Amino acid sequence: MARWPWQKRKLGEPRGLPANRRRREILTAEGLRLPLTIASRGTRAAALMIDLVALIMGMTMTTMVLSWIARGVGIDDPHANATVKAVYETLVVIWIITMFLARNVWFLWFELGPRGATPGKRITGIRIAARPGRDGAATRLSAEAVIARNLLRDVELFMPVIFIAGALRAGSDTTLAGWASLVWFAIFALFPFFNRDALRCGDIIAGTWVVEAPRGRLDSALSLGDGAQGISTVTGAHYRFGDADLAIYGEYELQVLERVLRDDRPEVMAEVAATICGKIGWTNGTGDERAFLEAYYTQLRARLETGMRFGKRKADKFDGNASEN
Amino acid sequence: MSTSAIGRLGIGRLGIGRLGIGRLGGLFSRKQGAAIAAAEAAALRSDRFRLEREGDWRRLEHIVSRIEAGRIGALSDEDLVALPALYRMMVSSLSVARETTLDAATLGYLEGLAQRAWFVVHGPELGFRGWFLRFFGGGWSAAVRAMGPDILIALTVMIAGTVIGWLLVAGNPDWFYTLMPPQAGDTRLPGASRAVLHATLFGKTAQTGLSVFAAQLFSNNAGVSILCFALGFVFGVPPILLLVHNTGQLGALLWLYHGQGLTLDLIGWLSVHGTTELFAILLAGGAGIHIGRAMAFPGTRAILDAAAQAGRRAATVMTGVVLMLVVAALLEGFARQLIDATVPRLALGLAMLGWWLTYFFAYRGLVGKR
Repeated sequence: MARWPWQKRKLGEPRGLPANRRRREILTAEGLRLPLTIASRGTRAAALMIDLVALIMGMTMTTMVLSWIARGVGIDDPHANATVKAVYETLVVIWIITMFLARNVWFLWFELGPRGATPGKRITGIRIAARPGRDGAATRLSAEAVIARNLLRDVELFMPVIFIAGALRAGSDTTLAGWASLVWFAIFALFPFFNRDALRCGDIIAGTWVVEAPRGRLDSALSLGDGAQGISTVTGAHYRFGDADLAIYGEYELQVLERVLRDDRPEVMAEVAATICGKIGWTNGTGDERAFLEAYYTQLRARLETGMRFGKRKADKFDGNASEN
Repeated sequence: MSTSAIGRLGIGRLGIGRLGIGRLGGLFSRKQGAAIAAAEAAALRSDRFRLEREGDWRRLEHIVSRIEAGRIGALSDEDLVALPALYRMMVSSLSVARETTLDAATLGYLEGLAQRAWFVVHGPELGFRGWFLRFFGGGWSAAVRAMGPDILIALTVMIAGTVIGWLLVAGNPDWFYTLMPPQAGDTRLPGASRAVLHATLFGKTAQTGLSVFAAQLFSNNAGVSILCFALGFVFGVPPILLLVHNTGQLGALLWLYHGQGLTLDLIGWLSVHGTTELFAILLAGGAGIHIGRAMAFPGTRAILDAAAQAGRRAATVMTGVVLMLVVAALLEGFARQLIDATVPRLALGLAMLGWWLTYFFAYRGLVGKR
């Protein structure tokens, strides 16, 4: 069953299961299958908000600085001479051009960079990428694609605002014009909800999509600790499991066990250790669960990896035939 | 497998580990000795695999992080030269790891690293300079030529719009107010005298604030043309309507000035910037129709592929359209006001038209020669 964001994850429930629906695969020129995760719509909305706030702040700052300069050269003076007027004119031109560029170039500039992400996207950990062709072959992101996806932003983002503001200012038929344009542009704004890859119109035109940018951190291997040798540092006990003890679990359980060990929550580890002991008919004391689990993890992994090398894989505990075939 | 067999696994298989997949990773490793010592102490073969190569993975990660941060200059030549080899090694590490290891940390890390490295190695192609040269060196004009049929459609629509505007207003002058909603201070209305209309075309050389006017014109026109392109997404219908609406105004104006015998003067007044601006609008409309047509009639391609292909081509054209509008705004803001006679205006307008036609349709550039 789906879990709401505010609900607590159940014990042992794999992390990020809903993300599986957003997993995609591309095939690189080296023949490597690369998994990608489509960015969620919520993340993208948050990234957009951050960008818009930064953009509006930047625009306000520019306006304030320019008007401060304008006052400085004495535009308030009614007897201003031609030079002052020329300076003022230049300032207005700079302002108009800056406003135009801010709206259009902010997204372009950052997305053309090596990260393929605006500051908002970087903060939320997503980036843009080229959609693969129908055969799944990865394609590289081109400048044209970035331009195309951002040209449509005007229609998707700024036009609804302009239309509704215009309708409000016109006064008379606010309701009709406002609602009509709202519906029309809501179709653009809500477009990502109507397709599997959360593409907005700009993505369709450009052949791009927005994916999660991976975080690079290499966790230490759990099979290298003291407990992994089968020797407990707390009690000095040796844990050795027989083939039958290890044969009950598969790769899925191994991964769950790995997550439990990484989370390192004593009550969860105790529960998992008790479950395993129950299955293999061991009776253990309490207090040494971590060493027990590390030993079990390492030996289970050794068994499963040996099987892998001979082409025998065991997906999970229900996958009974794999060891016989 | 018995309990003791698992115990032996660590030592018994060491020899195979050395010979098997080999020490590719060691080639670039600085802390080779330490890594191998740790590897030999490791119980699992997959852990030895990881320990032997970890140094190279981390080095690749370091290089990739630097490039992502845009500090490619901070990298040593040694690192840059090593990048392709490190990348290929990491790719093969990932392929091997997928078949031999169940360590989720290693797999997750390698997949993430592979993705980041792939984006860096196969990142946005050329950089700004390369793109700029390709764009002006034939990329732009090739994109324009590639959407020839759509530009013809847009041209037909624009001519039809002008004719319709003229005919509507000629039939019933009230249409004029519908097509061009009256603005305060605008004297260009039906029934205006020849002198009034003449004054709107000539005698503004002394005007100030031309640069502001030009900047505003550019900002507005660019907004409209981007809209025209972007709405092409809806199967190309909105661009056609926009074109008809805008050229309808042109037709109405032509009718108004024709009534007072000022047709040629109006054309001269318009042509200074109009040949550039209308050309830009034509291209923007063509780009919109191009996308709409590709989506409505994708042919044998998948609709998404067709849209993406058309969209990228149209984006190239649109970049050019924005540049053309800068030129048009400069012409409209300065040249039109400073040149106060019809013949030089016409000459300038036609020269601009000739230039654009030559550039788009005669110039084959670097792309054509290839």
